Amino acid sequence: MKSYTLFDIIGPIMIGPSSSHTAGACRIGYTLHHIIKAPLKSVVFTLYGSFAKTYVGHGTDLALLGGILGFKPDDKRIVSAKEIASDSGLSFDFKPSAEETRHPNTVKINAVTKAGQSWEAIGESIGGGKMQLIQINGIDIQFTGAYNTLITHHKDTPGMLAQITAVISKHAINIANMKLYRESRGLKAIGIIEMDEDIPESAIEQLAIIDGVSYVTLIERIYE
Amino acid sequence: MIYHSAKDILQHCQETNLPLHQLSLDAECQLTGKSSEEIRLYLSDVLTAMFEAIELGLNTAHTEIKGKIIGDDGIKLARREAPICGETIAKAASYALSTMKVNAGMGRIVASPTAGSCGVLPAVLKTLSEQRALSEDQLIDGLLVANVIGSLVARNATISGAEGGCQAEVGTASAMAAGAAVYLAGGTADQVFHAGAMAFKNLLGLVCDPIAGLVESPCAKRNAMGATNALLCAEMSLAGIESIVPFDEVVEAMRRVGQAMPVALRETALGGLAATPTAIQITTDLFKTSSTF
Repeated sequence: MKSYTLFDIIGPIMIGPSSSHTAGACRIGYTLHHIIKAPLKSVVFTLYGSFAKTYVGHGTDLALLGGILGFKPDDKRIVSAKEIASDSGLSFDFKPSAEETRHPNTVKINAVTKAGQSWEAIGESIGGGKMQLIQINGIDIQFTGAYNTLITHHKDTPGMLAQITAVISKHAINIANMKLYRESRGLKAIGIIEMDEDIPESAIEQLAIIDGVSYVTLIERIYE
Repeated sequence: MIYHSAKDILQHCQETNLPLHQLSLDAECQLTGKSSEEIRLYLSDVLTAMFEAIELGLNTAHTEIKGKIIGDDGIKLARREAPICGETIAKAASYALSTMKVNAGMGRIVASPTAGSCGVLPAVLKTLSEQRALSEDQLIDGLLVANVIGSLVARNATISGAEGGCQAEVGTASAMAAGAAVYLAGGTADQVFHAGAMAFKNLLGLVCDPIAGLVESPCAKRNAMGATNALLCAEMSLAGIESIVPFDEVVEAMRRVGQAMPVALRETALGGLAATPTAIQITTDLFKTSSTF
C-alpha cells in the first residue's frame, strides 16, 4: 500500500510543469546542495531515461540546477537558474545518456566545490515530486529526505554505531529509521539515521569528534 | 489517509457527528504528527498560491508566462461577454486554463493532486468563493474535504497518469473539486461522495496522451472540462441526484480501467492525440534544435 498525506494530495506547491520532471528533479539537486554544504565550481548532470528524452520540455535542467543552487521546488528563481549559476561562477552541463537505469527518471550529478572537493550522487524522481538519492560517492544508499536525517561517514569497526546512537539518545531524540551501508568490511561506512525530532548543533558537534567519524552532516526534512 | 473507504468515513461521521472537514483534519494530524494549526496554515499558503496562479495567468501584462504549445486561452474566455454557458461555467473554465498556462510556463502552482491536473480545484474554489463570498476558513474546509476524496483515490487506485491515464489525474481532481463544491454549498457528507462518484464516472476511461510529452495539450482544456464537470456533478448532487454506483466501487472501476489501458495511452506520448500527424509535426518543430542521441 502506498502512503499519502494531505501534503501529497494537495501539494506540493511547486514550479510547473511536472511534479516528477520538475519538482522531483529540483528536490534531488536541493538535497545534494544540503549534503555538500559548500559553494560549487562546476556541476555536470547526466540524464537517463525519460529525463534524458524530455528534460528540455519540462525544465528538468532548470529544476536540477536551481535545486543544487539551494532553491526549493516552489522557488520562482528556478526559471532563471542558468543565469544565476553563471553569475555566481558555477559552470554547468547537461548530458543526456541512452544508458538503461533502474528508474526512468534518473540523474547522476558530478559536482566539484570551489575548494576542489569532488562529489558524485545518483538520484531518482519517483513520482508526485518525491525523490530518493540511491548513491553518494560510489556508495549505495537510500535517502528520501522525509525525515531530519543525519549522514555519517565512519570507520567500519565494532562499537562505532553504539557511540553514534549514544549521542543521539542522550539528546532525547527518537530514531525513526536507521540504515547502514559500507564499501567493504573494515573500511568506510555510511550511516543514514532518520529522526522525528530536530537535532541540536551540540549533538552534531559531539558526533563529529567521535574517533573514527570522518564526516557528519544533518539534512533537515525536505518534505512537509 | 487512515480511513480505507468512503463507507468507513460516512459511518464514522454518522457515529461521531463529526463534520467531514474535521474528520479530514484529525486524520492528517494523526498521520503527519502536525497540529491542526500547522495544517490549516499550510492550506492557507496553498490557497494563496492557487489564486496567485490564476491571477498571473489572466494578467495580460505577464507575457513571459506562456506554454510551448498552448496560448492565452484563459484570457480569451474571460473576455467573452454574455457567455452561452453562463458566467459561472465560463469563469471556472477560464480559471482552469489560466492555471494550466502558468504551470506550462514554469510559474508556481499547487499539484492537486498532480501538476497535470493543477487547474481544476483552484478554478472551482475561486469561482465558488466569488459567487458565494466564502471566507478563507471555509475554503480551507473545502480543501480538507477535497483531500478526503483525493486520498481515497490515491490509496485505493492511483493518481498517476502513467499508471491510470488522465482519468486518474483530471478525473481525481474533478471528483475532489465536486466534493469540495458540494460541501461549500452546504451539502452533506453523503452528497459529497455522490458528487465525487458522478464526477469520476463522467471521466472514466479518459486517456493520457500529451502532445510532445508536455503538460499542455490536451491537458489544459481537459482541466477546464474537469472544473465544469465538477460544478455540474455538485449541482446534481445538491439537487438530490445520487450516483447509482457508490464512490468506492467507482474508484475501483477507475483502477481496473487504468490497468486495462495500453501503455501507449498512459503518459508515454505514443498514442491518442500525441500520435496524430499534427502532434508529430508539433513535436518535430519544437525539438528539432535540441540534441538527440
